[in-house]
Amino acid sequence: MEVGVLAVQGDFAEHIAVLSKLGVKAREVRLPEHLESLGGLIIPGGESTTLSRLMTLYNLREPLQKMAVEGRAVWGTCAGMIMISQEITENDPVPLGIMDIGVQRNAFGRQVDSFEQRLDIKAMGSDPFHAIFIRAPVIIRVGNDVEVLCALDDDRPVAVQQGNLMATSFHPELTNDYRFHSYFLELANGNSNGHSCGNGSS
Amino acid sequence: MVEVLTGTFTVKAGHAQMLKGGVIMDVVNVEQAKIAEEAGAVAVMALERVPADIRADGGVARMTDPQIICDIMDVVSIPVMAKVRIGHFVEAQILESLGIDYIDESEVLTPADETHHIWKHDYQVPFVCGCRNLGEALRRISEGAAMIRTKGEAGTGDVVEAVRHMRTVQDAIRKLENMPEDELVVEARDMRVSLDLLIKTKEMGRMPVVNFAAGGVATPADAALMMQLGADGVFVGSGIFKSGDPASRAHAIVQSVTHYQDAKILAEVSKNLGEPMVGISAKSIPEDELLATRSQ
Repeated sequence: MEVGVLAVQGDFAEHIAVLSKLGVKAREVRLPEHLESLGGLIIPGGESTTLSRLMTLYNLREPLQKMAVEGRAVWGTCAGMIMISQEITENDPVPLGIMDIGVQRNAFGRQVDSFEQRLDIKAMGSDPFHAIFIRAPVIIRVGNDVEVLCALDDDRPVAVQQGNLMATSFHPELTNDYRFHSYFLELANGNSNGHSCGNGSS
Repeated sequence: MVEVLTGTFTVKAGHAQMLKGGVIMDVVNVEQAKIAEEAGAVAVMALERVPADIRADGGVARMTDPQIICDIMDVVSIPVMAKVRIGHFVEAQILESLGIDYIDESEVLTPADETHHIWKHDYQVPFVCGCRNLGEALRRISEGAAMIRTKGEAGTGDVVEAVRHMRTVQDAIRKLENMPEDELVVEARDMRVSLDLLIKTKEMGRMPVVNFAAGGVATPADAALMMQLGADGVFVGSGIFKSGDPASRAHAIVQSVTHYQDAKILAEVSKNLGEPMVGISAKSIPEDELLATRSQ
């Protein structure tokens, strides 16, 4: 099984490096034909306005939406989470509308407010996960079929799953902790470990 | 209560990682900032004058009026950067207080200190600095820079110096990768860098922080050239808003950085962009007017 990482802009190389350490060769996706026969796709961190424009320009929106509907795994980190959401609080950028969540961009403020924090995430096991938030978005609406994997102390969700879809406000690809990537690979392989819920689970 | 850490080197360097594969554009007002964002820039550099005008006007170039920076921060949702003079730590304190997303301690402005750079570890806000070679880059990282760019020769529209600096950096890294451990101490001394950082660079096989190209990029082909030479992304200064059709050129350069290895797409986006900035050959500039040699 091959997985892809959207490589139009952002920290796609960091995701690819983690996948490679897990023994998975990942494909860089810049054009629709690069999506062919992929088991799953990661949309990395980056600037969501830039990602949005390049996805539109190179006709990536429809094939990505189709991929999600077909039950293939899609995971968005930070800007990637913004892109796979149903709606955001602003008019621009336009998200793909793949996952039943609402998202607020730059929810914590500007770069000086970016932070690191250890989070307890049951789905990732008992050890806390070191989460890095950079000009991070947060989830402000969660659909009925969406499971919250992790929320902050103020109850705002920062990691969610909906069947084959996953979104995180933070950047597991910037750490040496590969649990989220392993989890994503299980989703891509169709073994969602009992954490999937509602429609879309394979 | 869980410990929440802000202003760490990880979040500073991490922010630069999010800019990779992107274009950062110099803008001097709100209208240009909007054009840049619309074109798909990953960030804008808020300036009073673009480098080509700084070069033409002469005199002392300083930090931009905070009002201009605030106006630009108000209208775009992408990160906003701004420049301070080399060593001018008070300009940096002022920009940090505005909530700027990144500070460029830049040789394009007139240096305020000919000996010392800013001690950048003290700030919550991350810094980017210019370099002409690996030693210069590692010295800036030791001072706390979380991102590096080649200096090139700003405001010329001539890419030759950016190419020279990028090749010099990449060459030094390749040499380092093949260097036996027992030669590293002397190499660190010759480069005037810390041994630890040199070893880290050797292990990573690349610049230990994100490294953009800057200084003289004027066309989509220039941008793709820098990417193929190993840049993580591109700064475009005067090249966009000193050209005949800034919106189209900005849009084209964004695409050229994504599709930097695809000559067909590069050909397509290079069509009908109007006049590029006129430019001046970097070779024709007298030694004492070069910007890149302003710091070591």
